[in-house]
Formats: sequence, structure tokens, C-alpha cells
Amino acid sequence: MAILVDENTKVLIQGITGSFGGRHAQLSLDYGTQVVAGVTPGKGGQKFSDVVPIYDTVDEAVSETGATVSAIFVPPPFAADAILEAVDAGVDLAIAITEGIPVIDMMRVRSAMEGSKTRLIGPNCPGVVTPGTGENSHGGCRIGIAPGYIHKRGKVGVVSRSGTLTYEAVWQLSALGLGQSTCVGIGGDPINGTSHIDVLKMFNDDPETEAIIMIGEIGGTAEEEAAEWAADNCNKPIAGFIAGATAPPGRRMGHAGAIISGGKGTAEAKKGAMKEAGIVVAETPAEMGSALVEAMG
Amino acid sequence: MNIHEYQAKELFDKFNVPSPKGTVANTPEEARAAAEAITSGQIVVKAQVHAGGRGKGTFKNGFQGGVHLVKTADEAAEIAEKMIGQTLVTHQTGEEGKLVSKVLIAEAVDIEKEYYLAILMDRDSRSPVIVISTEGGVNIEDVAENTPELIHNEAVHPLAGLQPYEVRKLCKKLGFAGDQAKQFAKLLKSLFNLFLECDCSMVEINPLVTTPDGQVLALDAKFDFDDNALYRQPEIAAMHDPTEEDPREVEAAKFGLNYIGLDGNIACLVNGAGLAMSTMDIIKHYGGDPANFLDVGGGATQEQVANAFKIILSDPNVKGILVNIFGGIMDCDVIAKGIVAACGEVDMNIPLIIRLEGNNVAAGRETLKTSGIDLITGDDLADAAEKVVKAIAA
Repeated sequence: MAILVDENTKVLIQGITGSFGGRHAQLSLDYGTQVVAGVTPGKGGQKFSDVVPIYDTVDEAVSETGATVSAIFVPPPFAADAILEAVDAGVDLAIAITEGIPVIDMMRVRSAMEGSKTRLIGPNCPGVVTPGTGENSHGGCRIGIAPGYIHKRGKVGVVSRSGTLTYEAVWQLSALGLGQSTCVGIGGDPINGTSHIDVLKMFNDDPETEAIIMIGEIGGTAEEEAAEWAADNCNKPIAGFIAGATAPPGRRMGHAGAIISGGKGTAEAKKGAMKEAGIVVAETPAEMGSALVEAMG
Repeated sequence: MNIHEYQAKELFDKFNVPSPKGTVANTPEEARAAAEAITSGQIVVKAQVHAGGRGKGTFKNGFQGGVHLVKTADEAAEIAEKMIGQTLVTHQTGEEGKLVSKVLIAEAVDIEKEYYLAILMDRDSRSPVIVISTEGGVNIEDVAENTPELIHNEAVHPLAGLQPYEVRKLCKKLGFAGDQAKQFAKLLKSLFNLFLECDCSMVEINPLVTTPDGQVLALDAKFDFDDNALYRQPEIAAMHDPTEEDPREVEAAKFGLNYIGLDGNIACLVNGAGLAMSTMDIIKHYGGDPANFLDVGGGATQEQVANAFKIILSDPNVKGILVNIFGGIMDCDVIAKGIVAACGEVDMNIPLIIRLEGNNVAAGRETLKTSGIDLITGDDLADAAEKVVKAIAA
């Protein structure tokens, strides 16, 4: 089962001819992911890597190939347009990898998307991986920029705002023999498409997922809301970690959304809310895997 | 990104947000000319630095106060003389203070009542929010704490924009009527326009004032801009004053590195913002004190790593370095070779602890081991953090 995507998911990539998009499109193909189309306006008719047809519009790519998920790698000035083009084409899922989209653009995109069938993940996120069952998890669905080989197919759902910190968690889990159902990077921007709580709900409903690890960071209140929801509604064990306990207030810690402002969004408040909800909180990033083992009892 | 008060005034003038007349001056002579242009009432001379508490600040030459009220152009020139080229220390600048190179010469207005007005990008409502209060000129956090009923928020739909009913509602909440209501409505619409046109993340006017002769004016302003949008705001980007920032942060930005200086003595160099924050946290967990946040990004090059080391080592407090790299896609051996080459470019005479994990890590560790560089390897994140804390205690 897994959530959002699986080995049968047909993926298109917006910005496939850019160096960043192209590199990761190739890595996804190598992982065994069904990358069925690319979109770059003006380059329709060409092929990526000799196999993937390129279209001028997402609309054409979807109707020609039946792709249901779009991964967006286009630069910030064109990203809002790219997301809305994917929404217009009716994909189920748009995953925006792009970092550095202006806040007002994302507010407008979120507002314009209301009532559409498309779910947005990101922006500024590492993407989504449902590991495969082959060697080094080959044969799964890798959308975005995560290293595929660190994964292992299994029963733990992973949701996180960060990239490398997620890889760290996945690495620890795989090393402990704990595979993952799906790993979702929701991104480090203040305005994103999918929140921790949305992903927790999906994991809770997914029969394959038996435990969840939720990784957050300073800024906003998404982790607190997710913890509160989980306390009353989630019937699976959860472990968590919050990055940024030592971050100074008022400073953006790399991610646009990682900022403590007006005393809100501290790591302490988030950890407190998670503990109150019965979530096992790892005290250090080195203990994310072992915290999950503890949560599973 | 922040800007100076005189730059905020220039934006107000450009977008027709009414504020007291004023001009920036770089020299006492310019200050005199600017003051002569002000024909009514008193004149205020304000030191231009990005810090609050200017009025109560002290210059390092002993001169008291970064904000002065004067009556004549001669006096304005005299005060400007004492401020320009001097260093002002306020409760927000730290002991080192900030160099004043410009002063704002503005018309001093009589105040009848002070209000609060701000617009900010609100992540909870996913929209721009207008914040108003009848309690202006004081710390708004205190108002929020003690009398939250005196603060009103109005979320503006990101696609529909500011509607006339919202303006009427806010006018009413502030108690404006008649001509003042019209003036406030015009000011608010202009300010909202400025906020969107310039990609602000916050504009705060504290205080917004009414004068005895019935005017509504923005008396002081604080701006913050969305860094992600600076690519389409060349005029705003040009207002950036690097002398107001930590020089290490300015230097780091040149190489695409994200650096934030802190007070501790263990420097860290990490790939990825989340992992960089976590690395600071684990240093603290083992009893150490992080000297910085430093994210070298997902695809750090040898040149970036070398420059990162140079920036880290420019902090005299640093007694040890923890490098934490999770090479997901990147080959760890390439990273290791980059670190080795970078070490060759800098004079490394403090403990260096490296934790490398990920793709082709065995080769990477071998490269580090055989490099001849004096370094300590950490088996995992916890081990590396413990080792760096121990190394600087020794």
C-alpha cells in the first residue's frame, strides 16, 4: 500500500531539461521509478535520456502518458506558474522541489488551488519516496532529490520538514532493520501544500504503516497541531524529533520557515506538545531511530 | 532584509504614504540645507542605524542620544557633526555599536494621539494580515500580553486583495471618523500597495499619529522584505547595507553559504539546514556551545568548503570544528577530497572532527585517514559531537 505514490505511479517532471531536474530525473529512472514524461516549454518533441518524451505543456504530458504525479524542478520565478499548470492539468499530486519561491506567490497558489483535486507537497522539499523491494530498495517510487539507496521497504512512515535530516533518520531506521512505507518531505517554507497533520492522517489510514516518525523544526505551529490531532486520533506509535533547540530567536535558520518569532515556534514548545501527546521525542538527532524502537515498544 | 529609516521614508514618498517631511544627510552641510527646507516647527535629527533604542543610545565619543530635537538649521548641522562618522551604542547594537554615516533631518510633528499599524505575511492564515491598535508608540508585544482586546487583525485574501469594507472596518476599530477616516483609508490603501509591490514580509508603523491640525501620518517605520523575492526587486535589493550585518554572514553569502554567527566556541560545517540546526543541538546536548550555524548546501564544492573553513576560522572564539556531512547523492569520497584540499588552503591549528556518512563512505573515510591531516573521525553523529566537546576541553 504505502501512501501517495507506489511502484506503479506514473510521474512527469516539470523542468526535466534543467541540470538539477535532469540529474534527479535520471536518478529516479535508475531507481526504477516510472518517469513517463518531461515538460519544458519550447522543447516538446525531444526525448530525455533517449526514453522519456518531452512535452511543451503539462496538459499534453498528462493526456498523452497518463501521468498522475508531477515533480516540479523549475526555478523560483517560474515555480508558481508551474504548480498551477500542474493543478490545471488535473494531476493528483504536485511535488514542488524548488527552493526560494516568494511567500506571496505561494499564498496565491494555495488560494487558487482551493477546491481542486490536486494535493501539493512542498515547496522547498526533498520529495517523496516509497521504497521498492529490490536491492538497495530499487524498484520503488522516488520523486525528488532524496538518495534512493538509503531506503528499505517496510512499515515505518516518515514525515519531515527537512532534507538531509530526513536522510539521517531514514539511514538510522534502515540500519536498525526498520524499513519505510513512505517517506514524505513536506518542505522548509512557511507556506506549504501539505502539513505534518495531513501526512499523519494518511499514515494512520494506511494498513502497511505500523509506526510513524515525525521530524519537525522551529517555526510555526504545525508540529503542535499534528501532535494534538495524534493524541486523540492516531492509533499508531509515533516518535519525533525537533531541530533548532539552540537556534537564536528572530533568525532564519536556512529554511525560510525556520524562525522563532514573537516567542512562537520554539523547539521546547513543540517537544512539549509532542510529549504531551504520547509521542516519544528523541533528545538528539542521533537517537531518531532508537526513539522509534522505543515508541514501538 | 532590513532598510534604514531614510530609505523607508523614500518608499513612503514614492507610494504616497503620508509621513513628516524629511531628507537624508551625509554631511553637516547637507544637514543644514535639509533643515533649511523645513519651514514649520521644530526639526528632528536622527542617526541612521538598523537598531532600536537610538534616542537613549550613547555615542562612543561621549555624545548622548541618537535622536535630537532642534530649532534651527545651524543647530541641526552642529548635531549632525557630532553624529556622522561616530559609533552609536544602543541596547540593540551590543557593545561594539554601529557606525553612523548618515542622519535623517525631518520635520518634528506635534502628536495628538498615537496608533499602531502593521502589515505582515502571516503563515497561519496564509495571507497578508493587517494589524491595528489604538495603543501606539509602545511595545506592541506588551499590548498583546496585557490588553489583547485592543489589537485587531484583518486577514486580506491573497487573490482578492484589500477590499473597501475591510478598510471601513479598521477605520471604525481605530475610532476614525470624517476627514481622518478618509485620510486613514488612503494611507492604508497606499501602504498595502507598497507592501505587495515591494514584496515586504513586514511593514510596521509605530506610531501612526494624528496631529492637532487633523493630519494622519506615519511617524516611524520598520520594514522587512522577503529575501526570496529580491530577484524581482532590484531597487529594494540596492538598499541593502552590508555594513549593518555580521561581516562573516556577508562573506558567506558571496559563496552561497548560509552562515549565522553565535556566541559559542565549537564551529560546525554541515550540509542541509535541518541537519545543521540538529548538529548545533547535539553539540549543546553533550555540554558544548555552538559557534555558528553553517549550511554548505546539498551540493557543496571544494571551493565552498574551503571558504567555509576560512569564515569559521575568522571567529577568534572558535576552539574546535565539527564537520557533519551526510552525502546522500554526493559521493563521500569527493567530499572527503574537498575537505582535504580545503584544509591545505587554510591554517588549521585547532581540533577538527569529521563525521562522514552516506554514498561511498568507506572510500571517503580512507581518503581522510591517509591524508596526513591531523583530524579526528567520528563513527556517528553522537560520537563526533562527544569527541569535539572533549577535544576542546582537553
